[in-house]
Amino acid sequence: MALDSKADTGKRHFKVVGTRPLRPDGVDKVTGRARFGADMSAPGMLVGLILRSPHPHARIRVIDTTRARALPGVHAVVTRADFATVDDAALADLLDNCMAGEKALYDGHAVAAVAAASGAVARQALDLIEVDYEPLPFVTDVDEAMKPDAPALHPGRANETVPPGLSANVMARHEFGHGDIEAGLAAADRVLERSYRTGATHQGYIEPHACLASVGPDGKADLWCCTQGHYMVRNTCAAILGMEQGSLRVTASEIGGGFGGKTTVFLEPVALMLSRKAGRPVKMVMSRSEVFRATGPTASTSIDVRIGMTKDGRITAGFAELRYQGGAYPGSPVDMGSMSAFAPYDLEHVKTIGWDVVTNRPKQAAYRAPGAPMAAFAVESAIDELARGFGLDPLEVRLKNAAREGTRASYGPTFPAIGLEATLRAAKDHPHWSAPLGPNQGRGVACGFWFNFGGDTCVSLNITPDGTVTLSEGNPDIGGSRASMSMMAAEELGIPYDKVRTIIADTGSLGQNDVTDGSRVTFAVGLATIEAARAAKREMCKRAAQVWGIEADAVIWENGAVRPAGPNAGKHPPMTLAEIAAIASNTGGPIAGHCEVNAEGAGVSFGTHIADIELDPETGTVRILRYTVFQDAGKAVHPDYVEGQFQGGAVQGIGWALNEEYIYGDDGRLQNAGFLDYRIPVASDLPMIDTVILEIPNPGHPYGVRGVGETPIVPPLAAVANAVSHAAGIRLTHLPISPPRLLAAIREK
Amino acid sequence: MPRVRLWGSLAASIDGQTEVQVEAATLRELLDRLKRDYPALRPQLERGVSVAIDGVIYNDDWFTPINDDSEVVLLARLKGG
Repeated sequence: MALDSKADTGKRHFKVVGTRPLRPDGVDKVTGRARFGADMSAPGMLVGLILRSPHPHARIRVIDTTRARALPGVHAVVTRADFATVDDAALADLLDNCMAGEKALYDGHAVAAVAAASGAVARQALDLIEVDYEPLPFVTDVDEAMKPDAPALHPGRANETVPPGLSANVMARHEFGHGDIEAGLAAADRVLERSYRTGATHQGYIEPHACLASVGPDGKADLWCCTQGHYMVRNTCAAILGMEQGSLRVTASEIGGGFGGKTTVFLEPVALMLSRKAGRPVKMVMSRSEVFRATGPTASTSIDVRIGMTKDGRITAGFAELRYQGGAYPGSPVDMGSMSAFAPYDLEHVKTIGWDVVTNRPKQAAYRAPGAPMAAFAVESAIDELARGFGLDPLEVRLKNAAREGTRASYGPTFPAIGLEATLRAAKDHPHWSAPLGPNQGRGVACGFWFNFGGDTCVSLNITPDGTVTLSEGNPDIGGSRASMSMMAAEELGIPYDKVRTIIADTGSLGQNDVTDGSRVTFAVGLATIEAARAAKREMCKRAAQVWGIEADAVIWENGAVRPAGPNAGKHPPMTLAEIAAIASNTGGPIAGHCEVNAEGAGVSFGTHIADIELDPETGTVRILRYTVFQDAGKAVHPDYVEGQFQGGAVQGIGWALNEEYIYGDDGRLQNAGFLDYRIPVASDLPMIDTVILEIPNPGHPYGVRGVGETPIVPPLAAVANAVSHAAGIRLTHLPISPPRLLAAIREK
Repeated sequence: MPRVRLWGSLAASIDGQTEVQVEAATLRELLDRLKRDYPALRPQLERGVSVAIDGVIYNDDWFTPINDDSEVVLLARLKGG
């Protein structure tokens, strides 16, 4: 059977893809039927709690659990001594973050855990655990941590890229770019040098981390948890606990937000260890305070930029030195920030240097386009300042310098067809760009880039006897993937959307699936869904050919039915999917299609944002008046969800720009571990975020789909900062632009 | 023989060479021969890289073909959220 190629997306007429059907999880979520991580329970279940370090940096001399273990109702106590040594450095860091070893490395670091018959008993047991700490000097600021005499977290762990003589907290150096920066800067009419800082922000998911672990006496285990990747949880926990992966089945719950923060493990290995020791199921649920203190915020940063520009707006060279602290372990996303900083621009001379730095803060976790928003804030702010300084339209300057097909990207490769210019032209032509502004109001524009990727993906598509379709995928639905997969299957099979139900299978039901990250799911799982549907169609064509007594290649699939085709096929009435399904048992057995693939070719993504703000010069508060997102989606499978991703990314970026920030006291402890003091924007703070979806098909996907989930958080930091700077008449270089910070800047003006 | 472009930190580890030629027809051959011919690259290659081949980024599909005239660029291993 002929299948359409990846190249036909431009002329394809979609029937289901591109429509806006009801979301399949809607009823469950509004009625409370949906089960999130903390909703799981099991007979005989114990309550697990964690004891956390009050010190930002301390050697753990002794942990005495005697009194806790003796407390009636306590079934197990776990410390690091219960875990075997792990050789792999990255895995060892994960384990150390879940349960401290020799040192507690940040305020909130787990040092012991208990499983007890009730929460009250578990809390009492935590109080009975005696930890003898030797407090050590600490550092929580990235620039302070880079000083040669800064307190060192892991002396000797720097990798081979770090020159000698630097602080022991510098773990890695990254350098990207091409050309001759000094020659490029010499050709400029003005060279702007600026330093920028961004605070550490939390992903801010509403659902805290939660899991239920049950280890049987035979060593076989089940784990239910809230995660962006239950296969990752399985593989990581199995390695930490010395289990075979096949002995641990992990089921993902519904997820109340992740945004990258649930791409790793925190409670899960501890819950399994407690269950293994107690011989009972153990449930663990973090408090909000624990989520803030001990799960990944993103990196805070300090960035220096030098950009040269001619007076007609041509960028002659761009240089940035980026310093990201990623908490207490190596691996901040400074490499991604360094690669993406100048990616939207066609530059002959460009260079970035990134420094990965450790501090006494929680281990950073991925956050939507990890590393890119902070870098974009610095670069887009500098471009804006240069453009306005020359009296040029900042959007025109971006258009003049925009990367296009054939541009050598700042991070190395030559771009194929990309959508940046389309987003800029759409922004320029949009009424928002030319709308009038009032007193104390400002408008900012910024661009953003993200890579996107695919990865290991499995899909199983089953035709039921009554002709409905069930689809199993292995990625938790964090942004509408069940709807999108059902739509792509329906599109391919030529049946209505409501005839397809997509479920998230457990780790025992499908092969390996990578984490739901990298904006990969609609692209990669969609690709696998289409291939699985095509496999099922091939089988159904074969069954019809058998019934009709003709060759399988004389049968085609068209509009949800098989039909004879070709001169010798004969005349047979079409058979629908439901009709073939009804006789499946008589024609060879059940019909299914499946696809297992390492999906590559995701295609990069660009967006442009416009923000209008109004500031109150007496209080320093900033209000978002209007906000518009322009982004290339390749092909928007379900436009509601695409718009939701654009809006969600923009809002998170607005929070990063204006309010959100981890604040540490002089004692090295987190001061604002709750939503009252760590304020994220809520609906009443914001106008409706407008969206413009552009569709430049991705040649790497059968329907042209690109990932859309991460790019929308990249431009808002700069778009908002540029708008505030425009309104205030001063350049704001330090995020968040909180009222006290803005007020101080206005008064210094 | 395809030319492979290295990012700055990798180039620094092999005396500033920003491009090297490697006899390789697949991604696996490319990575194996880079490790063999340029041992100083081995630590980073073992930590993980992504590779752009003619503008498309690949992570670890070993048998991705590489042509003699392909543009091959090593990248820091992509992360996502």
